[in-house]
Amino acid sequence: MAHAGRTPHVGSALSCVDLLVALYFSVLRVDPSKPNDPDRDRLLLSKGHGCMAQYGALAERGFFPESALDEYARDGGRLAEHPGPHCVPGIEAATGSLGHGLPMGAGMALAAKLRGASYRVFVVLSDGECYEGSVWEAALFAPVQHLDGLTAIVDYNGWSAMSRTHLAMDPFAEKWRAFGWSVREVDGHDVSAVASVLAAVPFEPGRPSAIIARTLKGKGVSFMENDLEWHYRPPNDDDLRRALLEISG
Amino acid sequence: MRAAFVRGLSAAARQDPRVMLLTSDLGFKIFDEFAGEFPGRFLNVGVAESNMIGVAAGLALDGMRPFAYSIAPFATLRCLEQIRNDVCYHQAAVTIVGVGGGYSYGPNGPTHHSLEDIAVMRALPNMTVLCPGDPVEVEQAVGAAAAHGLPVYLRIGRAGDPVVHRGSVRFEIGRALTVRDGRDCTLVSTGNILPLAVETSDRLRANSIACRVLSMHTVKPLDEAALRACAEETRALFTIEEHSRIGGLGSAIAEWSAMNRVPGPLCLFGAEDRFASTTGSQAYLRGLNGLTVERVSESIAAKLAGAVSC
Repeated sequence: MAHAGRTPHVGSALSCVDLLVALYFSVLRVDPSKPNDPDRDRLLLSKGHGCMAQYGALAERGFFPESALDEYARDGGRLAEHPGPHCVPGIEAATGSLGHGLPMGAGMALAAKLRGASYRVFVVLSDGECYEGSVWEAALFAPVQHLDGLTAIVDYNGWSAMSRTHLAMDPFAEKWRAFGWSVREVDGHDVSAVASVLAAVPFEPGRPSAIIARTLKGKGVSFMENDLEWHYRPPNDDDLRRALLEISG
Repeated sequence: MRAAFVRGLSAAARQDPRVMLLTSDLGFKIFDEFAGEFPGRFLNVGVAESNMIGVAAGLALDGMRPFAYSIAPFATLRCLEQIRNDVCYHQAAVTIVGVGGGYSYGPNGPTHHSLEDIAVMRALPNMTVLCPGDPVEVEQAVGAAAAHGLPVYLRIGRAGDPVVHRGSVRFEIGRALTVRDGRDCTLVSTGNILPLAVETSDRLRANSIACRVLSMHTVKPLDEAALRACAEETRALFTIEEHSRIGGLGSAIAEWSAMNRVPGPLCLFGAEDRFASTTGSQAYLRGLNGLTVERVSESIAAKLAGAVSC
């Protein structure tokens, strides 16, 4: 997609793709044939720039035909480099500007509680995104409202768009705990480990859950791993050939 | 207007179980009755406007009809991107309530004045902008906003705003109300300065100038039919608002007027493009901007006499 659309953010998509596989294929109570079912679980990719991974996962899960992926970053297409509201079945909310997903997800979880609905809300954030104050406004809010239907999953690859994030974020799990969240850490590329941790939410009744997923930006393509270049550079023909070779083994 | 807002909201909440109220820690005591009558449908989210708007959008996307309340500059500018992306982009049924339009919080200083909110809100796609002119309009505007099902910015005054309408009015989004009739000129008012517009009309009438007064409580979408009629039936259009002359009601009408080749002069009354440099009451700050009955009526009379151009 990034090659055909000449778009950046490959590293960001590879960083969260295993989380999305665990969510869409093991955790979320969703039925691709009923994408608007009121009781479906909601997933918001708050790090909207990673949406290539989400578009791919949704297509693979059967929300729309794989051919729709050709619309990515094309004139007149439905799939922008950051997803629009319900641009395709399975996209719950528009994201792209960071720090918006967790407040919206908290609102959705609160609506479920107020209306006695059983759906759960999962929000995938990036660690760089956690520089945004609105993330922490929502982090303060959700425990007060006892939103145990809300789970935040932070794709913690250690990079923002220009720098390492550790100095600002660490100790990261402790920050979320101090705000009142129930926290687990997991290897974000071990799909079965992610799925089993997510199967256990809420970790504590009455509290929202946070999962710090340790990830690698650009995971799966050796020359993209941990290299900020791939936050920006669209892959050329040769990059694509080499990457596909590595991924397909 | 605050009390009228709460009355209107309670009425709307009785009719529609989806209606609820969020506040970012403002409105001490005024929501106690509402909270008591509608348990679970009143929420103080804390001093966090961005989160309030994001949460409101999430609530609306999942079937609720939240009102999000704060002092106007905080409810609009602090969380502008949340309003744009989370509410307007999603066409979420959220009503953002800005209390204290214009100089209502006069002595609190320019941090609390709201002179740009109409301009900013009306630039957002999918946003409807309501600035009711008196408590009677406010009460009905709340019901209209709750039923609208799309993003609304509702700008109200504070406390002690005079009642203009005797009895009830038929409040419809996008339909201006004629408060005084006249054929010499039209004074189009929006928001909490309506009483001043009416007094101005009354004073002009004593000088044999029949000034029609419209309460253009909906700045977006404008009631173009009413404006067209005023432009054709009266000699000049004047606009008045407790808002910057940049981007507010006057601007909106000037844009409409220019694009539609509307005949006749158009003059704008509103706040100067500056922060208040001294403290003072709402009345004092209005006066610094020429927004008094005396100054506005003199100015209208002079302009109609051809002595001064707009």
